[in-house]
Amino acid sequence: MTSSLLFNITTFAYLASMLIFFTFLAARAKTLGTAAIALAYGGLFAQTVAIGLRWKESYDMGMGHAPLSNLYESVVFFSWTIVLIYVLLDLTFHYRVIGAFVMPFALLGMAWAQLGMNTGIEPLVPALQSNWLLYHVITCFLGYAAFAVACGISIMYLIKAGSEESAEKSAGNALLAMFPPIKVLDDLNYRAIMVGFPLLTLGIITGAAWANYAWGTYWSWDPKETWSLIVWFVYAAFLHARITKGWVGKRAAWLSIIGFAATIFCYLGVNLFLSGLHSYGGK
Amino acid sequence: MTTPKKDVLQSLWDFFCSLKLTMSLLISLALISIIGTIIPQGIPPQEYLAQISQAKLKFYKAAGFFDMYHSWWFILLLYLLTINLIACSIKRLPYIWKIITQPVTVLDPGLERSLTNLTTIKSPGASEVVGERVAAFLKSEFADPVVTRSDGALHLFAQKTPWCRLSVYFVHLSVIIIFIGAMIGSMFGYKGYVNITEGESISKVVSRSEKELPLGFSLRLEQFSIAKYANGAPKEFKSILTVLENGRPVPDYTNVRVIVNDPLTYKGITFYQSSYGNAGNYFFTVGDLDGKNTVSLTVAGQGSVSLPDGSSMHVTEATKDVSQFVPELSGPAAQVELHSRDGKTESFVVYANHPGLNIEHAQQHGTGPVLHYKGAEEKMYTGLQVAKDPGVEIVWLGCILMMLGIYTAFFMSHRRIWIRIQDGAVTVGGNASKNQGGFQLSFEVLVTQLKAELTKEKHT
Ligand code: HEM
Repeated sequence: MTSSLLFNITTFAYLASMLIFFTFLAARAKTLGTAAIALAYGGLFAQTVAIGLRWKESYDMGMGHAPLSNLYESVVFFSWTIVLIYVLLDLTFHYRVIGAFVMPFALLGMAWAQLGMNTGIEPLVPALQSNWLLYHVITCFLGYAAFAVACGISIMYLIKAGSEESAEKSAGNALLAMFPPIKVLDDLNYRAIMVGFPLLTLGIITGAAWANYAWGTYWSWDPKETWSLIVWFVYAAFLHARITKGWVGKRAAWLSIIGFAATIFCYLGVNLFLSGLHSYGGK
Repeated sequence: MTTPKKDVLQSLWDFFCSLKLTMSLLISLALISIIGTIIPQGIPPQEYLAQISQAKLKFYKAAGFFDMYHSWWFILLLYLLTINLIACSIKRLPYIWKIITQPVTVLDPGLERSLTNLTTIKSPGASEVVGERVAAFLKSEFADPVVTRSDGALHLFAQKTPWCRLSVYFVHLSVIIIFIGAMIGSMFGYKGYVNITEGESISKVVSRSEKELPLGFSLRLEQFSIAKYANGAPKEFKSILTVLENGRPVPDYTNVRVIVNDPLTYKGITFYQSSYGNAGNYFFTVGDLDGKNTVSLTVAGQGSVSLPDGSSMHVTEATKDVSQFVPELSGPAAQVELHSRDGKTESFVVYANHPGLNIEHAQQHGTGPVLHYKGAEEKMYTGLQVAKDPGVEIVWLGCILMMLGIYTAFFMSHRRIWIRIQDGAVTVGGNASKNQGGFQLSFEVLVTQLKAELTKEKHT
């Protein structure tokens, strides 16, 4: 068994999970929901083993390092963290239908990584040879993943809130019957960000600590750093929106979606469109 | 009576206490920060300047877009944020402080109406006896209660972690502490760089603004080396450094290894591996096409020399074995750049073992001169970044406070239980500052346990 075979299995499991979730929304059969989430759990398990195996394979090739060293590995890890956060949310709150809006993110990551990228294991360049890499990347990506889940929930919130306002009992509303009430969605959105915000903060702090250790400045307004701060501002705004008149509800949901868009730009857009210290993407 | 002046002050105060201002500031900071990630910061590169129009360039310069994170308008936003933060805290803190230090210990009808978690248990028996049972129960299952008698009823009040209501103030304080640390760093610290050649020592570094700064001690480079992976990619850049005080090596700072991600810190000044190059001389001969007038020529690692015909040259790269680039050739080779007197620049390779190729090159370009490469002296220099930042510890203190504050703000909650015992009825109410859903569940469990406790008492 190699890690790359397992990554392919993971991708198919996420694909199947997503499709069954969509059918579940339309057909509203409980067994479908169970099957969809079982596939998500199975995929997560396969991916966990695969990441472990890839780590070991890098040692077998004589350049042992954690599988977080290039764009391919980070996208795979991102997808893993998204499913992990979703599974944890499901274990705590039991709203599995959220999977229909979260699994697409995980699938997108895996499909892009498996089909569109060089999957080879590469040696670690000197700039990345530090334990800080591990702390920094893991905290950032767990934070990003929580924001991905929050974004999925916010989309559900806006769809549901929109249809409740228009109040027409059209055919589309049958789909929405599966959605949790908007109050619950609002609360789940907040809870996901409550997980993501401390992790992002810790990610920025570990990044700053690493930069200080390696380059002597904890902050140099490099585009990646600045974008992580932009993301941080947006979610700080989200946290305050909940206690500000006129910002509760839909506007807060939009902030969560904008926050995730900024997150994705911070993660991928900066590497593709801007230049800076964090240039290990791109390839 | 309000005078106009007071109105202005009052509305200014209200302006700074408003959370809508917080929202606008956070969103403005997010949007404005984007500018500096698109427009290059610091000294803009030549290629970039060539792309944009004169008018744009003028505007960018005037607006401070090339150093926007230090421009007055960006700093102003940060100050506004700080004032907003402090004003909001001053306004709300007394109220929060009162909740913590002077809790409402009596469950009166007004409070009762405001509670969503509320149950009444029937429990005939003397208030005092029931009260003791309930107090013991609360002490073992929740927290030690305060007992108050009022209007013929017995009131018990118990709470958990009231102090966590202060966490958001610690988060906000941490933002200010980080700002203070950053300000101290920019006022009393510096960033600079220095190049040291193998075997030599330096006692001054150059700051980013090209000022010379004395270190107060000296630093000697003993050796510089590069390790590579099998595929030729660089694996490690290593400088061996020794700190000298009055010319003598400092015992614990002798032959210190400095690599990327592993700097050297001495007396609050830190040295980071950042670049390297050859500082040794390159040796050439130069002469006419027919071999006459040949003289030897020495080019310093980083310098350039004038040739007899008035052109100047410098070495951009050299190798001991050219066969790794061109398998048919062998021996040392140097890539040189030649600037002729009429302003032309050409770049080409000069070989040691292939004089024929050198002559051929000269022939193709007219009359010469002919260059032959004779090898190089092995001597590296290391480029070190130098940083002194006396504010950095304060920044870390702020960061730690921020993490602790965010954690307790999000994941801890001030939980309160009120119990009133009157006329054979036990009324239980409770609330939490956070995570209402979770509190509701534990409240229900607590009430069920209390019921069991009270009925058990009746039977024995
Ligand atoms: C202009 C600056 C700011 C002002 C005026 C402000 C004001 C406030 C206020 C009034 C609260 C509510 C406190 C309460 O519930 O009693 C709050 C909560 C909070 N603030 Fe700020 N804040 C500012 C900036 C920030 C920043 C930069 C952060 C970044 C970490 C932050 C993090 C928080 C957090 C985590 C909470 C708790 C939110 C929650 O419990 O959901 N604040 N802020």
